[in-house]
Amino acid sequence: MIEVKNIVKKFGTFAALDNVDLRVANGELVALLGPSGSGKTTLLRIIAGLDWPDAGEVSFDGENALAHGASERHVGFVFQHYALFRHMTVFENVAFGLRVQPRAVRKDEAAIRTRVKELLDLVQLDWLSGRYPSQLSGGQRQRIALARALAIEPRILLLDEPFGALDAKVRKELRQWLRSLHQEINVTSIFVTHDQEEALEVANRVVVMDKGRIEQIGTPGDVYDNPATAFVHSFIGESIVLPVEVRDGNVELGGKPLNISADGVTSGASRLFVRRHDMAIGVPGSGAFEGAVRHVRTFGPIQRAEVALSAGEGTTVIEIDAPRDRELQSGDIVSLHPRRYRIFAGQD
Amino acid sequence: MSRGEAGPRSSLPGFGLTMGLTLTWLSVIILIPLAGLFLKSFELSFDQFWSILTSRRTLNALKISFGLAFAAAIVNLVMGTIIVWALVRYRFPGRRIFDAIVDVPFALPTAVAGVALTSLFAEKGWLGAPLAELGIKVAFTPLGIFVAMIFIGIPFVVRTVQPVLIDLDAEIEEAAASLGANRWNTVSRVILPSLVPALLTGFALAFARAVGEYGSVIFIAGNLPNVSEIAPLLIVIRLSEFRYADATAIAVVMLVASFLIIFAVNRLQRWAQTRTPAY
Amino acid sequence: MNQPQVSMSTAREDLRTEPKIIRVVIIAIAVTFLTVFVVLPLVVVFTQAFSKGIGAFFAALSEPEALSAIKLTLMVAAISVGLNLAFGVIAAWAIAKFDFRGKTFLISLIDLPFSVSPVISGLVFVLLFGAQGFLGPWLQANDVHILFAVPGIALATIFVTFPFVARALIPLMQEQGTQEEEAAISLGASGLQTFFRVTLPNIKWGVLYGVLLCNARAMGEFGAVSVVSGHIRGETNTMPLLVEILYNEYQFVAAFAIASLLAMLALITLVAKTILERHLDEGQLPGD
Repeated sequence: MIEVKNIVKKFGTFAALDNVDLRVANGELVALLGPSGSGKTTLLRIIAGLDWPDAGEVSFDGENALAHGASERHVGFVFQHYALFRHMTVFENVAFGLRVQPRAVRKDEAAIRTRVKELLDLVQLDWLSGRYPSQLSGGQRQRIALARALAIEPRILLLDEPFGALDAKVRKELRQWLRSLHQEINVTSIFVTHDQEEALEVANRVVVMDKGRIEQIGTPGDVYDNPATAFVHSFIGESIVLPVEVRDGNVELGGKPLNISADGVTSGASRLFVRRHDMAIGVPGSGAFEGAVRHVRTFGPIQRAEVALSAGEGTTVIEIDAPRDRELQSGDIVSLHPRRYRIFAGQD
Repeated sequence: MSRGEAGPRSSLPGFGLTMGLTLTWLSVIILIPLAGLFLKSFELSFDQFWSILTSRRTLNALKISFGLAFAAAIVNLVMGTIIVWALVRYRFPGRRIFDAIVDVPFALPTAVAGVALTSLFAEKGWLGAPLAELGIKVAFTPLGIFVAMIFIGIPFVVRTVQPVLIDLDAEIEEAAASLGANRWNTVSRVILPSLVPALLTGFALAFARAVGEYGSVIFIAGNLPNVSEIAPLLIVIRLSEFRYADATAIAVVMLVASFLIIFAVNRLQRWAQTRTPAY
Repeated sequence: MNQPQVSMSTAREDLRTEPKIIRVVIIAIAVTFLTVFVVLPLVVVFTQAFSKGIGAFFAALSEPEALSAIKLTLMVAAISVGLNLAFGVIAAWAIAKFDFRGKTFLISLIDLPFSVSPVISGLVFVLLFGAQGFLGPWLQANDVHILFAVPGIALATIFVTFPFVARALIPLMQEQGTQEEEAAISLGASGLQTFFRVTLPNIKWGVLYGVLLCNARAMGEFGAVSVVSGHIRGETNTMPLLVEILYNEYQFVAAFAIASLLAMLALITLVAKTILERHLDEGQLPGD
């Protein structure tokens, strides 16, 4: 188990990590998800021993990891740009970690060859073993970098934006491949990404980060369906966000009461979050909002409508997704009601 | 009007005119004079050519120029690597000044370097005096030639290796560490091998420059035939004796040698490029 | 990407550096080596030049021989820089703005003088124009003086400084591409208008850079000029040649006075070069 406790890391006055706690159980595949600057890569580098925290603890299976430098932690790290050694062949790249082991535990040449062969088979690239990194495609480099990291039989595998530098199609293929590889070798793995789709699709658990803090930890379903904070709601999936005011438990938009529950918020300026497909359309007068349809586009089974809400002074335009059982037309006056929604206190 | 004669795949004018002027001027200043040198050497029979080159004095001059230039380039290779490492990786007072100063041997006229090194290393000079007490004579000995050649070669190694070390991705060092390599392993197995093409290029350039060097060497050399007489000086001496054939033969050998070195450098550069990952 | 090695108080191990003792030793070796081989020679030039006081220094520089050497050096530099500037710009236009076969080969031909020993650079002109040379008899018959005269010195200097301007401009102009020029042409500009209004403003720092290095080498060239000059006192001695003559006559103050002028030229060139490199780096930023 990897345990990270109260980690603080500052670069000058900028707090890259602000009191971060995280536990990862053996065999998990965890995604650190967040926008750039959220501290996710810094956290990964601290776990690997490539950076040092200003305060806090890191332990692997109860053993203090901070007592060891990167070269002693047995952590496999896959770099965003792969960091393959360009003067070495694919074979030598993968063999590197085995060759630099202390003489006492170093495998003999035959054993090294067998092990490298195994790893190249595992990533299905044994036919490239004599090539140089410059002769490989991006996806191949990525897999070689992974094989190289696995060569040292790491207790943890860390991947920094593993698909960041690849084009969309290769990225998709590699995602599935990484998940099945993880099932096969079952090494505890953490990867960093800013791409929510990637995190939700590949990981068992997702850690959402922002501004050096962990906003939510949960299964992909959890973070999507039950976002814990306003940030998570707006970062994962697309949301309609409306600035509302809570007064004595009543929710108002532009001074107009919406007649919905305040979701635990007692009073003050707040924001209402609704997924586009969670807005139900009804006849005028039946829901929380009234509005005029301005524009409709249809994609397959859904129609996306731009609706101008009449909300006190001025109008707010939102986009909703509705099934095509009832065709909308521009000019229609509709009533909208949020089937599911969240209200978070504060305006940002 | 001139648009029609533009080169392939360009709509810009002036290709014919500028290319014509370029080739003409290049021929007049560089190609014809150099061809003249080779033409002159063909006036010699092979036996004449061979006997000039294998005469004791010529052979010794060539040995001195090539041998000492090679040794000096080795020193430059080692010291250049250390200097680049200090300039790129460490912060110390005066670093930027030392960085700028590396170019002095490029910019300082060779005659000035020659007289300066000579008075520095002469028996009464600032460095020559303490060295003389140790029994080491530098000025007016082959050692002096060696010193001047080291001086002239420093910037070549530093300036070819420096940008490569600066651009070296920090991630590859971190990758090596995370794979269990200690610092020595990282430096010797990852960083230095990445610098090899640049190091060899710098070495070759320093070597080529030192072989042909004249101004900074002749003052400190002593210029004793067979002992401390470099090949370029022998060319000058043969010219002043109106022995043009001798001068030409020596020049041809040196020219061919420097072409070979430049060819090797070009191959090195191409080799370095194939090892560069294209992101 | 390349962050400087800031000292992080809590970093228990900075991955990308060596133990302190090794750092100190490496810095000490580098600084000592550069001091002995580069700083001290420079210092010697100036101390020797002023060893008999400032009066002796200026007296040495105002000798007629010295003045004529300075004049000749400036003249030869002006000729060779001017011609190589014109050639460099023209060649860079042809090479950087058009695609043709053999481009790499042409560039290596332009580079050729860099790899030729200075003495050989002088020798080739002796073989062409000397008494036993290809054109020697004709020149003598028509009383044209090239060797041991200003034209020979200028030719040898042009030869050794040939690549500087072109080499500074070709990569710069290649990087800038042809789009702006094509836009100008499509807007109706003539070729020369395009060059002076669009291309030249983009490459002005590069031009200056090439001229600077070309000039430094032109004024300082020794080997090539020495072979073709004939060392006629007061007539065909450039400053570096005069340094040699005075030094060999044991007139050390005078020799080092001239040498110190050339050393100043080198130092000013280096400072200007550093400033220009900064300009060139900035200019390239939007490009990539």
